[in-house]
Amino acid sequence: MQHVLIIGATSGMAMEVAKLYAERKCRLFLVARNSEKLAAVESDLKARGAESVAAQVVNLDETDKHPALVAAARDFLGQLDVVLIAHGVFPEQAKCESDYRLTESVLRTNLLSPISLCTHLANVMQAQGGGTLAVISSVAGDRGRQSNYVYGSSKAGLSAFLSGLRARLAPRGVNVITIKPGFVDTAMTAAIKKGPLFASAANAAAGIVRAIDARRSIAYVPWFWWGIMLIIKHIPEVIFKRLKF
Amino acid sequence: MSYGESWGRYPKTNSTLHPVQWLHEPIKFESDKRYLPYGQGRSYGDCCLNDAGVLLTTNGLSRIISFDRQTGVLRCEAGLTIDEVLRVIVPAGWFVPVTPGTRFVSIGGAIANDVHGKNHHTSGTFGRHVLAFELLRSSGERLLCSPQQNTELFRASIAGLGLTGLITWAEIQLKPIKNAGIEMESVRFSDLEEFFQISGGSEKDFEYTVAWLDCVSSGSAFGRGIFMRGNHSAADAKQCRASRLKLAVPVDAPGFALNRWTVQAFNSCYYNKQRQKSVRSLVHYEPFFYPLDAVLDWNRIYGRRGFFQFQCVLPPTAGKTALSDMLREIVASGNGSFLAVLKEFGDLPSPGMMSFPRPGVTLCLDFANHGEKTACMMKRLDAMTREFGGAMYPAKDAWMTADNFRRYFPCWQEFSKFIDPAFSSSFWRRVSA
Repeated sequence: MQHVLIIGATSGMAMEVAKLYAERKCRLFLVARNSEKLAAVESDLKARGAESVAAQVVNLDETDKHPALVAAARDFLGQLDVVLIAHGVFPEQAKCESDYRLTESVLRTNLLSPISLCTHLANVMQAQGGGTLAVISSVAGDRGRQSNYVYGSSKAGLSAFLSGLRARLAPRGVNVITIKPGFVDTAMTAAIKKGPLFASAANAAAGIVRAIDARRSIAYVPWFWWGIMLIIKHIPEVIFKRLKF
Repeated sequence: MSYGESWGRYPKTNSTLHPVQWLHEPIKFESDKRYLPYGQGRSYGDCCLNDAGVLLTTNGLSRIISFDRQTGVLRCEAGLTIDEVLRVIVPAGWFVPVTPGTRFVSIGGAIANDVHGKNHHTSGTFGRHVLAFELLRSSGERLLCSPQQNTELFRASIAGLGLTGLITWAEIQLKPIKNAGIEMESVRFSDLEEFFQISGGSEKDFEYTVAWLDCVSSGSAFGRGIFMRGNHSAADAKQCRASRLKLAVPVDAPGFALNRWTVQAFNSCYYNKQRQKSVRSLVHYEPFFYPLDAVLDWNRIYGRRGFFQFQCVLPPTAGKTALSDMLREIVASGNGSFLAVLKEFGDLPSPGMMSFPRPGVTLCLDFANHGEKTACMMKRLDAMTREFGGAMYPAKDAWMTADNFRRYFPCWQEFSKFIDPAFSSSFWRRVSA
């Protein structure tokens, strides 16, 4: 039986990942900000067959609460086999351009908060000598584009942090996975017009769990974003700065 | 953001989407807008569409609230699909009490259309197995509806086509099974007379019955088909596996792909693939109940113009000749497709006021949309259904006239008293005009 910690458990992708672990009869510890949503997800996972589920309501921006949170999760789960960090916000780029405070809050939620969690979790997992730490970054972090570079830079910073952490923990048997979803149909992208590149949250979740099982390092979700981002990363800056997207 | 497509991809409409993600979150209903719940968009015509209105999309409402593994009572949010329900309940030894021909429908949609399946003669419609649900009205009121509470709204909302408000969660009584297998038998029949014989003889011993009908062949092959009947496997140990092969139709097929010759070839091959008179086998429930679900987005084979599905029920009083008259009309048109289905309904009543199934034989088939010619055919079939004293199924319909609708559903006026003032649909505006 796997012991799974899911942070940001009411996000669209995390809910689907949690369902897959519940069907495997895992023990789950869930963390999210909204108590009503968290309660709904908790009873869903229990009904789907999870061995046991506990949940804690935390505003993840408050990094001083993180040490106690990690300790509570470890107490309940016993060990941390799989940790998924999935919380994040998707701001309107235009608003960020005229409001630095908004940009700052995006960086707090998308970058500083997961970095703080990873710092504490890394030490616990290093000591236990195993487990998988999967963190949802984004394809948007691979290159800053004018349409969402604030969100993109928060994810770029996260990806860089994870890359270093992965190298640090690899010799200790702990696998760090940077998950890079493309467009996924969740509440976060509700305002974006859906095109053929959109994947369902359930499909994305299946890809995430496959990557965790296979102990991958970087996982594009769905996989074809690897090719798309390879091209985007290699467009010369002279051309790239003229692109509107 | 706008959208709006039904499974038949006709008619084309434009609606605003309002995703409903969480049970506890209130919905702000605006007085100048008209709302309609939209689950998986698997009904064929316009009953899940709301042109120029708002669709309350429920695919985010997909959580289980409780599942009692001892009693088989499942309470879940209304956007959960039967597919997901089965994934959870089958390993626990339970099955949905009634299932339509696709598992990609939401529980809310199954109630709102009061769907039926191959076990109508033994279990009736889906609505008979609903223990309770919550109905969110545009006033913000949340009403618990059950056979004991808010009885009238309970009866109006089952087969209520989403017009009485938004069903947010529902409680269903599941039925126990031993394993995922179905002991099935397929029997060839050479004409409609033989179909009625086999059907009559199967009702007692088989929980599930349905027939595939060749709807293009004439002459001596007229009215031939294959009768399929089955029961849940009683064996304890036998393991049945679903096929892992997933097919999908990635793009719209060009208009010429489906024509008289390809359809004729399919029908002949399908009938002749079975050499013996009858074949018994143990199969997984997926190919038995959901043969078409094996091909995702199969509606694309009909191309961009979409298709119409026609389903009627003809009462026993109309006699067996009514069915053959209708089939003759379809064969003569050369317009029939390969998915014709025939089944005899039982007489178990539904709590749903506007429920479609009633005693008699039901015929269901697809027609590719070839424009005016097909429209005439649909109108002709509507007229014949009326003439024979039958009824047509709103979930499959894009054509019945307002006048005929009222004939098929005589309690429509009583029903309309329970419609939420802020709710409407393209279908309802069409048939109540």
